[in-house]
Amino acid sequence: MLRRRWAKVVLFLLCLLPFFRLAWRFWNNDLTANPIEYITHFTGDWAIRLVMMTLAVTPLRRLLHVPDLIRFRRMVGLFAFFYASLHFLTWFGLDKFFDMHEILKDFAKRRFITAGLAAFLAMLPLAVTSTTGWIRRLGGRRWQALHRLIYLTAIAAPAHYYWLVKSDVRWPLFYASLAALLLLYRAASWLFARRSNGTPATKSAEPAVP
Amino acid sequence: MLIKKPADFRYSEVTPKDVYFSRRTFLAGIPATFLAGRELLSPSARALAGNKLPNLAKSPFSTAEKQNSYAEVTNYNNFYEFGTDKDQPAKLAKNFKTYPWTVSVEGEVAKPRKFTIDEILKLAPLEERIYRHRCVEAWSIVVPWAGYSLSVLLKLVEPTSKAKYVAFQSYFSPTEMPVAKFAGISFPYVEGLRLDEAMHPLTMLTVGMYGEALPPQDGAPARLTVPWKYGFKSIKSLVRIKLVSRQPETTWNMANPGEYGFYSNVNPQVDNPRYSQAFEHRLGELRPRATLMFNGYEQVASLYAGMDLRTNY
Repeated sequence: MLRRRWAKVVLFLLCLLPFFRLAWRFWNNDLTANPIEYITHFTGDWAIRLVMMTLAVTPLRRLLHVPDLIRFRRMVGLFAFFYASLHFLTWFGLDKFFDMHEILKDFAKRRFITAGLAAFLAMLPLAVTSTTGWIRRLGGRRWQALHRLIYLTAIAAPAHYYWLVKSDVRWPLFYASLAALLLLYRAASWLFARRSNGTPATKSAEPAVP
Repeated sequence: MLIKKPADFRYSEVTPKDVYFSRRTFLAGIPATFLAGRELLSPSARALAGNKLPNLAKSPFSTAEKQNSYAEVTNYNNFYEFGTDKDQPAKLAKNFKTYPWTVSVEGEVAKPRKFTIDEILKLAPLEERIYRHRCVEAWSIVVPWAGYSLSVLLKLVEPTSKAKYVAFQSYFSPTEMPVAKFAGISFPYVEGLRLDEAMHPLTMLTVGMYGEALPPQDGAPARLTVPWKYGFKSIKSLVRIKLVSRQPETTWNMANPGEYGFYSNVNPQVDNPRYSQAFEHRLGELRPRATLMFNGYEQVASLYAGMDLRTNY
């Protein structure tokens, strides 16, 4: 089923659903009394959810023995970038109204902005090099190394969220725990692979995928 | 433009509100006829949320700026006892019982006493004051409040010479406010003002807005409105006012002393670590606007003469 072509189409539409929901609410003038804040939170929520989902692909395909899941990781990752871009642009254009002075001040002074920007910028080269052509050009190993940048996003995004909220930290802590779990899985499988493959010659045929 | 402005209803035109909010479950099962009779018999029903407050006097303190709509002000609230999302208080406070209600005034006063909400409504002629309200989160609204200067009430209890500050406390009940435990701040919510700030004519004891008694999510039945300070200083659902000799503790200051000072005057020059305070988003407007010193209420500047407002943020 996962190998079918329509599976990707279904996923594509599923990933677009939040965007359609936002557009629908915009169309119906239903973006709350503070539309800018609503759009910012909405797109930010979906960006972090999709980042966590891309990171969950590798553990899930191994633990559930569904290797085909890998076929969907790129699309989920690109949608994470899509919502993160909307999130960033909402802040940049609507919240700050392209006021570079205020924006630069925010970068320097507000750690939640710094963390958010780091999380976003780390995704940028990944989105650019997501094509098969780029994988070929960089070579699998270098491409993989580059794409480990997503680990930075996995840490910076929950930090951004945690530093942003005033006092109710339940959601930021949820995402931070999730990120910790997903990264620990990788650390553990890396250690395990190293111990069971003592010599470089027998190095695991399947290196830890980002 | 990307953002469509909300339809600019006047509050008098927002007729289906009762249906929309379907406030107060206890009303639900009661036949309308009985309800009408009950309200006619009891003059105190005036204090119930949504009831009209007639004959509001105009106030020279009012701004001529465009008011926000009733729908905006009642569906976008920071009232952490009823949830930390802005749309939660409107839903979770709708059954909040705000009648009967008493406010106890005590401490360094010659005549401590308890005021019922009905007494509070009659202490002075109610005025409509259209104030700017600036949240520390960098959004702002313009609201037509109803009430009078807090000084009216404070003078009645006769503060002693020891009274230097006024401590305020909100109502709190973990059973009526079950989501409060997730808010991450301590309850009951407490706030404070210096006595001269509390006695300033702009400081308002507020019982209504948009010509009606306050709805629960906006701090029914009585709250404070201190227009030159960030919104969190304007404590909601007041139950206790205590005159004290030393600076009282305040909720947000206890939660995060580096961010929320005791004074918390609106000040575009002093940033909160989280929010730039130079600009604000007036709800309903696309472009951010520059934040004014003391939220534009320059008449309070003399209260802080000689004080460093950077350290006393």
